[in-house]
Amino acid sequence: MNDILKIADQNLESRLFIGTGKFPSKKIIKDVLETSGASVVTVALRRVDQDSEDENILDYIPKSCLLMPNTSGARNAEEAIRIARLSKAVGCGNWIKIEIISDNKYLLPDNFETIKATEILSKEGFVVLPYMSPDLMAAKRLVDAGAKAVMPLGAPIGSNRGLKTKELVRIMVNEINIPVIVDAGIGSPTQAAECMELGCDAVLVNTAVAIAEDPVSMARAFKLAVQAGRLGYLSGLGSTGSEASASSPLTGFLREEEKV
Amino acid sequence: MSFYDVYKQYKDFDIQNFFGNVESQMIQKALNVPNVSEYQFLSFLSSRAEPFLEQMATRSSQLTRQYFGKTIQLYTPMYVSNYCENECVYCGFNRKNKIQRKKLSFDEVKKEAEFISQTGLKHILLLTGSSRAQSPVGYVKECVKILQKYFSSVSLEVYTLTTDEYKELIDAGVDGLTVYQEVYDEVVYSQVHQAGPKSDYLFRLDAPERALSQRMRTVNIGVLLGLSQWQKEVFLLGLHAQYLQDKFFDSEISISLPRLRPAKGMFQPACVVEDKSIVQMILALRIFLPRLGITLSTRESAQFRENLLSLGITRMSAGSTTEVGGHTAIVDENKKNVQFEISDTRSVLQMIKFLEQKGYQPVLKDWMAI
Repeated sequence: MNDILKIADQNLESRLFIGTGKFPSKKIIKDVLETSGASVVTVALRRVDQDSEDENILDYIPKSCLLMPNTSGARNAEEAIRIARLSKAVGCGNWIKIEIISDNKYLLPDNFETIKATEILSKEGFVVLPYMSPDLMAAKRLVDAGAKAVMPLGAPIGSNRGLKTKELVRIMVNEINIPVIVDAGIGSPTQAAECMELGCDAVLVNTAVAIAEDPVSMARAFKLAVQAGRLGYLSGLGSTGSEASASSPLTGFLREEEKV
Repeated sequence: MSFYDVYKQYKDFDIQNFFGNVESQMIQKALNVPNVSEYQFLSFLSSRAEPFLEQMATRSSQLTRQYFGKTIQLYTPMYVSNYCENECVYCGFNRKNKIQRKKLSFDEVKKEAEFISQTGLKHILLLTGSSRAQSPVGYVKECVKILQKYFSSVSLEVYTLTTDEYKELIDAGVDGLTVYQEVYDEVVYSQVHQAGPKSDYLFRLDAPERALSQRMRTVNIGVLLGLSQWQKEVFLLGLHAQYLQDKFFDSEISISLPRLRPAKGMFQPACVVEDKSIVQMILALRIFLPRLGITLSTRESAQFRENLLSLGITRMSAGSTTEVGGHTAIVDENKKNVQFEISDTRSVLQMIKFLEQKGYQPVLKDWMAI
C-alpha cells in the first residue's frame, strides 16, 4: 500500500514520531529510534549542547530520522521565536515544533502565543508544527498562519492518559486540511492505534516509551500499533451500533430464494 | 498578598495536636487520591506515616519517573566572595568569624569558570557572602557576564535584592535564583540571624516573589534543617513552593533540604534530623507537588545520595567546594575558610559515571540564555 505522509516537502514513511526527553541514557534513545523506525524525532533545543564533543544528543539520532527541534521552555511567542532562530543558527535545520507553555502545573500549551510564533516563523521559512490544545478555531488560525501540521494533545504531557480529547481531535481531523498529529498523553500502544483509527495522520510519543521497563521493546510495540491503527483506518472501519448485528443474517435465506 | 499571609494562617497551628489525631486510615487514603491536600501532606510528615514509608516511596518514585524520567540535572556552586555583613549563628561566613576573607578578581572569576567548564557542566550557581559593600550588584553583574561565556545557565545565590535589582540581573542573563528562608519560624529566625540585613525576615521571605515578578525562570527555596522542628518547617516550605507555583505558574519552582553541617563557630543544631526523616520529607513533598524540582547537595554523603536517587531527587550538585576560588585554588587542608564542609567529594566525572551506572541520564545542559 502506498501510504506516505507528506509534510512540507518531506515524504515520511513512518507515522510514529518520537520525543527524546526522560530517557535513562542517550544510547537507549538511539536504540529506540532505530527500532521504532520513526521518521521524525523531536529534541528540546535547551538540551542540545553543540560545544560538547561527547554530550551532544544529536550524535545519537540516526541519519534516517528527520530532526524536529522543539521550543521546550518557551513561555511566550517571543521566546519560542528566539529558540527557533537559535536552532536554525546552530545547524538543526528548518523544522521546528512550537511548544509554548506558560502553565507549569498542567503543562498545557498557550494557543494564542503559538499562533503568533507560527505566523512569524512560517514567514521566515521554517516548517512549523505547533503543539496545541485541540480547538478547531485555533487550528484554523494556525493553518492560516502557515503551519504545516497541527499537533493537538491527547491528554496533558506525560500523563499517559490516552486520547481524552477524542471528540475535539475528531472534529479537527474532519475539518483541517493539513496533517493532524496527536502529541502528548499517549501512554500505550492501544491508545496510539486509537488515534490512527480515528484518522489522525501520525502520533508523537515520548514518556510512554522513555519510562517503560524496556523502552526499546515498547518502541517496537508503538511502531506496530501505529501501523495497525493506520491500516484499520484505511481499510474502512465499520460503523458502530448499539445492538448486535449478526455476521450471518437470519433472513439470508430470503435472498437465496430470490436468486432461484 | 505575600506568602507571609499564608504563613500567618499556620504560624500558631498546633502541629503536635494535629499529629496526635492522625490515623493510619488517613495516611492510606491520602496515598490513593490523585491530588493531595495540605493537611494530607502534613499527615505524611507525622510519625504515624513512618510505617507507610515504603508505600510512599513507591508512589513518589512513580511520580518522579513519570514527570522527570530517569534523569538528574547536575550543577556546581562557585563562590566568588565570602565577605559578609550578617551574624548567622550557623554559618562559617558569619562576620564575627575570623576567617580569611576574599573576593575574586574578574580574572580569577574567569579562571574558575574556565576550569569548571572543562568538566562539561553548563549550569553554574554563583554565590557570594552577604555583603553589598564588598560584592555589590555591579560586581555580581560583571561576574555574570563572564560566566555567560562558559555556561548556558547562570543562577545566583546572593544576598536578597530589590525588585529592580533582580530585573537588572535577569536582563544581564541570570535565569535562576536560590534563596533559602533557612527557618520559617519567625521567632527562631530572629534568634539565629542576630545582626545584619538578613535579620529582616520579611524582606527575605518575599525575595522569591520579587524575583519571580520580574520573570525569573527558576527559583529554588529551602530550609536549613536543624534550626527548628523539621515537620513544621517542611510543611511551610511545601506551602511556600505551592504558593509560588500557583502564583507564578510559568516559572519552575524547586526546593532544597540542606542539613546543618559543621562550620566555623561550632553551632549546635536545635534538633537532629535523621536520614529517615530526610527520606520522609522528600517523599511527602513529591507526593504533594509532583512537578516540584528537588535538589540534593553535596552536604549529604555519597552513600546517602545514592540511596535517595530513585525516591524523588531531580537535581544534584557535583564537584562542589564552598571555598572562594576553591575550584582552582589549592584547598586549605584545615578548611578554615569554607562556608560549611561538604560530604560528597566526588568530581563531576565521577558523578556522571555513577549516574550512568545507576541507569540515570546525567543532564549537564537543560537551559540556555536566549
